[in-house]
Amino acid sequence: MSEPARILANQGFHAPGPVDFFLPDFTGKSWNQSGYDTLLTKASVLLVFGAVLAYLFLAFTSRRGAVVPTKGQYLGEQAYSFVRNGIGQDIIGPKYMKYVPLLVSIFFFVVINNLFGIVPVLAFSPFSRVSFAYGLALLVWIIYNGVGIMDKGLLGYLKHATVPAGVPVAILPLLIPLEFLSNILVRPVTLSLRLFANMFAGHLLLILFSTGGAYLLIHATGSPVLKPAGVLAFALGVAIGFLEVVVALLQAYVFTLLTAQYISGALASDH
Amino acid sequence: MVGSLNMVGYGLAAIGPGVGIGLIFAAYINGTARQPEMQSRLQPIAILGFALAEALAIIGIALAFVIK
Repeated sequence: MSEPARILANQGFHAPGPVDFFLPDFTGKSWNQSGYDTLLTKASVLLVFGAVLAYLFLAFTSRRGAVVPTKGQYLGEQAYSFVRNGIGQDIIGPKYMKYVPLLVSIFFFVVINNLFGIVPVLAFSPFSRVSFAYGLALLVWIIYNGVGIMDKGLLGYLKHATVPAGVPVAILPLLIPLEFLSNILVRPVTLSLRLFANMFAGHLLLILFSTGGAYLLIHATGSPVLKPAGVLAFALGVAIGFLEVVVALLQAYVFTLLTAQYISGALASDH
Repeated sequence: MVGSLNMVGYGLAAIGPGVGIGLIFAAYINGTARQPEMQSRLQPIAILGFALAEALAIIGIALAFVIK
């Protein structure tokens, strides 16, 4: 039973938790019900929808390419040049043009999927399920390692990634495993967990304030301050909703920025 | 009272990244106030530092839910 239905039926208040993110598929069963394999959940449908929306936005705003842009074209161009110049050119350097398609598609894909979390009817961001974030980070991991290996060869890239320049030889046995751990193994994990945990925590807060507010307003008895507390909870929920817009944009920016940073690190030739 | 001590632990663990993020943005604001034309150069660095400091809190929230 969903949380709103449980509240309306006055079955007490349950603190929201990770279990609220196991959405049922179209047959009504969810993944955590005794080994059932879900077929197609809202999250995966939204993921595809987000990709289509990102494509449509970029295609429609760049279709005409007029010298005097319309409002839509201006918006698309501003967003595109923000990613191309603000992230690609500034971080990767002279060879940045090759990676701009990747950065722009990652940015728009992530930003649209994150914003699904606060669109009223959809109200779920695919990246608040960790598997989608893992998938995207795996793609970035393959790309930045592949770029480094193509640039320097396998051994050359491993040396570049794990041996810091200008360090005494005696300390290298300690540094090489640490650098390998932090540059090759931990990076995709933190990249995906950062995106996931931000979307997850934000959505959890929204669930907490809205269901808690509804429970306090409708059912809670015993003290006269409970109903005003419910109103306050709803007001805080709205404020958190605005914060979520900022977080959605910021996390998409951070994800793209770190992707560019990793690619530039794999390409750098200073040591 | 019913609940998990993990959440208290996570609350304590979030103090560190909170202070760290505060210091990063304080330095960013300071730098921009002293030299406004550097703002566009400082911004990616500040956001990057913020993301790296935040990673600790993120790992904390994952562990708070995972470890029973």
